[in-house]
Amino acid sequence: MKHQTTVERKSDRELVVTRIFDAPAHLIFEAWTRPELFKLWWVPKSIGLTLLSCEMDVRVGGGYRLVFDWDPEPIAFFGKYLEVTPPVRLSWSNEENQDGSVTTVTFEEVDGRTRVVVSDLYPSKEALDEAISSGSTGAFPEQFEQLDELLATLGAGA
Amino acid sequence: MVQYNSSYLDASFAALADPTRRGVLEYLGRGNASITDLAEQFHMTLTGMKKHVGVLERAGLVTTEKVGRVRTCRLGPRRLEEEAAWIEKYRRLWAARFEALDDVLEELKRRDTAGDHEQGK
Repeated sequence: MKHQTTVERKSDRELVVTRIFDAPAHLIFEAWTRPELFKLWWVPKSIGLTLLSCEMDVRVGGGYRLVFDWDPEPIAFFGKYLEVTPPVRLSWSNEENQDGSVTTVTFEEVDGRTRVVVSDLYPSKEALDEAISSGSTGAFPEQFEQLDELLATLGAGA
Repeated sequence: MVQYNSSYLDASFAALADPTRRGVLEYLGRGNASITDLAEQFHMTLTGMKKHVGVLERAGLVTTEKVGRVRTCRLGPRRLEEEAAWIEKYRRLWAARFEALDDVLEELKRRDTAGDHEQGK
């Protein structure tokens, strides 16, 4: 059974995504911090993008870099890990944009199920408003028009 | 899906056709403002600004509320709908991601229950 994914604009500068998983927190943490697992789900097949490379140095101050195949040239997403506390908390910066957010994920396990909360905290209300009005979809830039269309048609049931 | 009748759409287009009114929307996007603030910001008389705000209000792009002697303007329901549409796209991206993560987790659970006490990392 699929669990509901909810998104809420928690404040002027924060977006929060919440979802329950039928798995213990340590497995989700593992899937989030081992590149060979991470790349299996971070870019779902339905989105039709190719991840060319995925480097993750998961420790405080360590960097990550994701490169997507794109025309005319590949697009990189990068930043640093700010907090790495297995299996309860993971935080990183998004530095590909000047006013990028800081993403913090918390994993709360209860009876073998885990509630995952992803918070995207922007430096200002203007930065989040700008992300919204430019149509960039959070972790993906506005160039990904195909993604835009895809998301518009993708089953809303999930 | 929200349906708009054509008179509502006409009102929106007319409202957006004017550069001052587009400027007011942009300005309100950064925060609420009184008619007096807006008049000053756009170098206009109070009466002139009231007319512009009235047009935006009828198009549903701005709402106003009078508290004491000050009328405060904020972005109206139409702009909030745009934000809601964006948030829905963002939600779908995460929902698609998390469905794929479900599959990865099923694999990991199978690995763990297979009994070989492999280290997690």
